[in-house]
Amino acid sequence: MALLEARDLRAAYGLTRVLHGISFSMEPGTITTLLGANGAGKTTTLRALCGMVKTQGDIRFQGAPIAGRATEDVVRLGVAHVPDGRGTFVNLSTEENLRLGAYTRKDRHAVEQDLERVYGYFPRLRERRGQQAGTLSGGEQQMLAVSRALMLRPKLMLLDEPSFGLAPLVVKELFGILRQVNESERVSMLVVEQNAAMALDLADHAYLIETGRVVLSGTADEIRRDDAVRRSYLGY
Amino acid sequence: MEAFLHQVLAGLATGGIYASLALALVMIYQATHLVNFAQGEMAMFATYIAWTLVNAGMPYWPAFLLTVGFAFVLGVVIERVIIRPVENAPVLAVVVVFIALLIILNSVTGWIYTYTIKTFPSPFPTQPVFGKYMSAHEGGAIGVTLVVLLALYAFFRFTPLGLALRAAAQNPESARLVGIRVGWMLALGWGLAAAVGAVAGMMVAPIVYLDPNMMGGVLLYAFAAALVGGIDNPAGAVFGGFLVGVLENVLGAFVIGNELKLAVALVLIIGVLVVKPSGFFGKVLVTRV
Repeated sequence: MALLEARDLRAAYGLTRVLHGISFSMEPGTITTLLGANGAGKTTTLRALCGMVKTQGDIRFQGAPIAGRATEDVVRLGVAHVPDGRGTFVNLSTEENLRLGAYTRKDRHAVEQDLERVYGYFPRLRERRGQQAGTLSGGEQQMLAVSRALMLRPKLMLLDEPSFGLAPLVVKELFGILRQVNESERVSMLVVEQNAAMALDLADHAYLIETGRVVLSGTADEIRRDDAVRRSYLGY
Repeated sequence: MEAFLHQVLAGLATGGIYASLALALVMIYQATHLVNFAQGEMAMFATYIAWTLVNAGMPYWPAFLLTVGFAFVLGVVIERVIIRPVENAPVLAVVVVFIALLIILNSVTGWIYTYTIKTFPSPFPTQPVFGKYMSAHEGGAIGVTLVVLLALYAFFRFTPLGLALRAAAQNPESARLVGIRVGWMLALGWGLAAAVGAVAGMMVAPIVYLDPNMMGGVLLYAFAAALVGGIDNPAGAVFGGFLVGVLENVLGAFVIGNELKLAVALVLIIGVLVVKPSGFFGKVLVTRV
């Protein structure tokens, strides 16, 4: 059974239609990426999945329909969204941000262990645990956003442009850890990226979105070898 | 000197009450960016409930706790039933709703209990404390205020629910993304603010006597206190409350006379807005456009 299945998603901001019937699915334990240019509808697709934008169409998570459900309820099913702009609680401390990630969990003891675990992934966050999160650098805030999502112990992570605005070395470190989390904890990931080369290196499967529609899909290798993708998105 | 000390201590007692109500205003402000003009009348209404319970023969402290609980529920219900539907309405529409709430609560109380001024019991003994500088009620009011402030601080600072409340007020979208039910957090905030207000009402009623208009002046002082401290800063509002209380008393006794006391609050409000709109401890918000 597919972990996540979206069929014929349609969404609009006011009169501007953004999604024109997007369909895709992903298997448990895999990393899937949605590629596309600015304004293709990638962010909106992620927002549609967790009820942040009014959407028509069918969405199934582990077989259960989740379309039209409140964001809080989707999160409680184990879907963690690392949003566009990172969504930092800027006036709270780094550690408070992390603890909020585990807000819905009742297993206090395991939460403490997970706190240590994400500090293990990102030692920089441990150094800054008491610091006001708004004063962290862009890269640190992105690490914080990913860590906050991990604190949920999610089954599925939705990552919206995790590489945005980060130095190449930081991106490399971040993507390495995402790969590690995926392999060691079997957390599935749906990654939206403009940096197609990085995303295809990370992902198992890829969908190419243009103006609100899926125009191409396949394994990451197939997509990477596609001539049109190579010319338009990889630039060689 | 003795008279001065007496005025300062009395000012601290009423200041604590202003601080509580100012804190209630700040709690609502942080979540909604609006000043709840009905905060005082909600406190007044709760105080009448306490009066009814005490008059029905209930001992003071059980009546006190029951009233705080009632005020909490009242706050939650008001948020759910009246404020929720105008959540996304323009600011002025919400302000009109607040004012309507003020007038409705005031009139309903007057209708039920009449506008006759009533005495309200104090749970504290009648002989003065600290030599003769302070009545026992004033000392007790300061004590109760401090307990409430400390309890609120501990709740917001150290409990997961308090953290969730702060998160929901600060960044509702991210709060939803970690699974916080933001709508209920708002209602909870209203409940807490109303409960704190009820404590302020019960502490001030023995001093100003119970009548439906008793919180008018108190709300004005609380508003001045919140502005002085910075409307977005809880600790600042508490400081502002004590400052306004002392200033009001000392200036009223020695400088401008009792009749012009309320003008102190108005002058403070206008002065702060003109000279330092963010208050002493408020954040200056810079927006890039």
